[in-house]
Amino acid sequence: MSGAKVLIESLEQQNVDVIFGILGGAILPVYDALCGNEKIRHILARHEQGAAHAAEGYARASGRVGVCLATSGPGATNLVTGIANAFMDSSPMIAITGQVPSSGNNTTYMIGRDAFQEADIIGITTPITKHNYQPRAVSEIQPMVNAAFYIANSGRPGPVLIDLPKNIQSDTENIEMGITEKIEARWYKPAFDPDLTRISEAANLLSNAEYPLILAGGGVIISNASNELVQMSDLLIAPVATTFMGKGAFPEGHPLSLGSIGMHGNPAANKLMGEADVLLAVGTRFSDRATANLDTFAPNAKKIHIDIDAAEIGKNIEVDVPIVGDARISLKLLHDAVTKKIPKMKTSTWSKRVKEAKEQLSPLLKDRPKDLVPKALLTELRKLLPSDTIVTTEVGQNQMWSALYFQALKPRTFISSGGLGTMGFGFPAALGAKVACPDRAVVDIAGDGSFLMTENELACSVAEKIPVTIIVLNNSVLGMVAQWQRTLYNRRYMAVNLGKTPDFMKLAEAYGAQGLRATSIEEFHKAVKTALDSTVTTVIDVPIGSEQDVVPFVPPGCGLPQQRGDY
Amino acid sequence: MEAEKTKVISVLVENKPGVLHGVSNLFRRRNFNIESITVGSSEQPDIARMTITVKGDEKTLIQVVKQLAKLIDVLKVGELEQGNFVMRELALIKVNSPSPKERSDIINCVEVFRGRIIDVSNDNLTVEITGTPDKLEAFLTLMKTYGVIELARTGITALARGAKSIRIDE
Repeated sequence: MSGAKVLIESLEQQNVDVIFGILGGAILPVYDALCGNEKIRHILARHEQGAAHAAEGYARASGRVGVCLATSGPGATNLVTGIANAFMDSSPMIAITGQVPSSGNNTTYMIGRDAFQEADIIGITTPITKHNYQPRAVSEIQPMVNAAFYIANSGRPGPVLIDLPKNIQSDTENIEMGITEKIEARWYKPAFDPDLTRISEAANLLSNAEYPLILAGGGVIISNASNELVQMSDLLIAPVATTFMGKGAFPEGHPLSLGSIGMHGNPAANKLMGEADVLLAVGTRFSDRATANLDTFAPNAKKIHIDIDAAEIGKNIEVDVPIVGDARISLKLLHDAVTKKIPKMKTSTWSKRVKEAKEQLSPLLKDRPKDLVPKALLTELRKLLPSDTIVTTEVGQNQMWSALYFQALKPRTFISSGGLGTMGFGFPAALGAKVACPDRAVVDIAGDGSFLMTENELACSVAEKIPVTIIVLNNSVLGMVAQWQRTLYNRRYMAVNLGKTPDFMKLAEAYGAQGLRATSIEEFHKAVKTALDSTVTTVIDVPIGSEQDVVPFVPPGCGLPQQRGDY
Repeated sequence: MEAEKTKVISVLVENKPGVLHGVSNLFRRRNFNIESITVGSSEQPDIARMTITVKGDEKTLIQVVKQLAKLIDVLKVGELEQGNFVMRELALIKVNSPSPKERSDIINCVEVFRGRIIDVSNDNLTVEITGTPDKLEAFLTLMKTYGVIELARTGITALARGAKSIRIDE
């Protein structure tokens, strides 16, 4: 059996049903082996970055490993941004790349000789993958694929790259393709079960807390621990703030939900973080955008930190009780331990304070909006979309407005580039999410600047019949950096003006997609409904003012409570 | 800023291509400071042992150990505790010795430091010396008065003392 065939059968054994990719010379044997395959759907992206983001969108919507495929050299390097994004946001992904031949005679042996379309993708991706492999024999492929999937989707998930020299794809060996447990990572053992002494210490702190607060990160979503999180919050009557990556881990309509903390966090969440006496942080790495100034982060709180990655404990923040383990298992054990100490918390002054802070500091509109401003649009959008709609965002103002004004009600329904901040992520990620969940609506909340970075995937979206909706909050500038230039660089605008080009309606139509424009809340309402009913991808162009800020804002170096701006 | 310390760690890794790249890449990426790194085979043929000397505050040194342990090809990371391990470094030093007087002075020094002369030519000597980095430094200072032409140091290699071992089965 050829190496390419072994690869495809190994992928089938891992229940891969879709691959996002673009072919090229050094990966041709693999594409030949895919020809006529009925188990795996191949989706032809129009740029490898789109393929990688789509694979991540698929992974984050479904919890399953996303797979992308590219050729050697530029194909591989075009995946790099997508791989780095998956690494920063801990998304399970397998990237497979072709490589020039690794052996042969003086003419056919290429690797290391600066061959055509050769790039050292193993070297390039070492710091942005959880692991990478380059099989040097057909017999190594299956164990490496098994290991790659196991590594990608266990412990703290992440991308794993497999770089396949072309000769290994076309070489044949006698391979038994039975289901094998053999994996090529003998010492990798992720920690799942937490230390019970630590659980008991944490239970002590929590049962004596007067002002407990929970901070949920992306780890809660990854470990499917949302139910356990809600139970913990209910038991402690503790408000829950999320990080940006944790958005959706806790239903944002819940009375105890505070929204996300951070530089552009929900004011109630940022405020109460400073008042808590015990902080239970779950599945978060305390990123700088979430904590702002570390010296003033939750200064009065004893801190409990649950994370499956031991290296996250104490990396950014000193904690009182470290718990290394899976978020769901740890929360369950902690819930039981707290219940033994106190069957039910009493409502207290803290509950009143939480309610009051939420009412006073809410950034959401209570009345029906009138003006076409992001706050109004996104509050309205929440009402228009079913609760299971998957929303992706681009990066910049569109993203922070979404965090502030668009409530995520369920886990895996809010997918955005958190750690890397990749403009152009949202649209291809939306395509991946739609492929994973074809029966649900998928909406990308975009900015014009970001959307232009991967807009070419409209071709993929139309040709492959993957209908999604892109809402372009079109302010004709690179809005977030323009905001920084406005507020921190004395309005010295440089290289942020995009002009009124392109015409997004015509752009959509050129690709065979549907283009709509909304210039009032009523038109927006209608356009979203038209888009949701459409069987083809729809771009809704929503012109907004070019000088709108995302507020509130914690300036760099300041602490969370020093949030500024009228909102 | 906390006080900087030096720590010696013993790392067992898969003995295969690319592993050293992964480890050195981690140090560069995380802004860790390698003082020295030595790599060679261990008691098991498929496992290599790296001895890494790192400098940093306590928090950084803890991160070094945790981040190393996350690498898939790293099997075990062990810290060598202060005073509870033996360490050696080897240096080869080619030193000027134009006259018989200087030559005999250098040979005397080499004997005191228990080194060996491993090559002799008309106007220079090559010395092999093994010991702790401090001992090597002391010897080097002496040699500098004669003029060091070439120097090659291996970096520290180390093992835990006595009953304590850093093995994959312990």
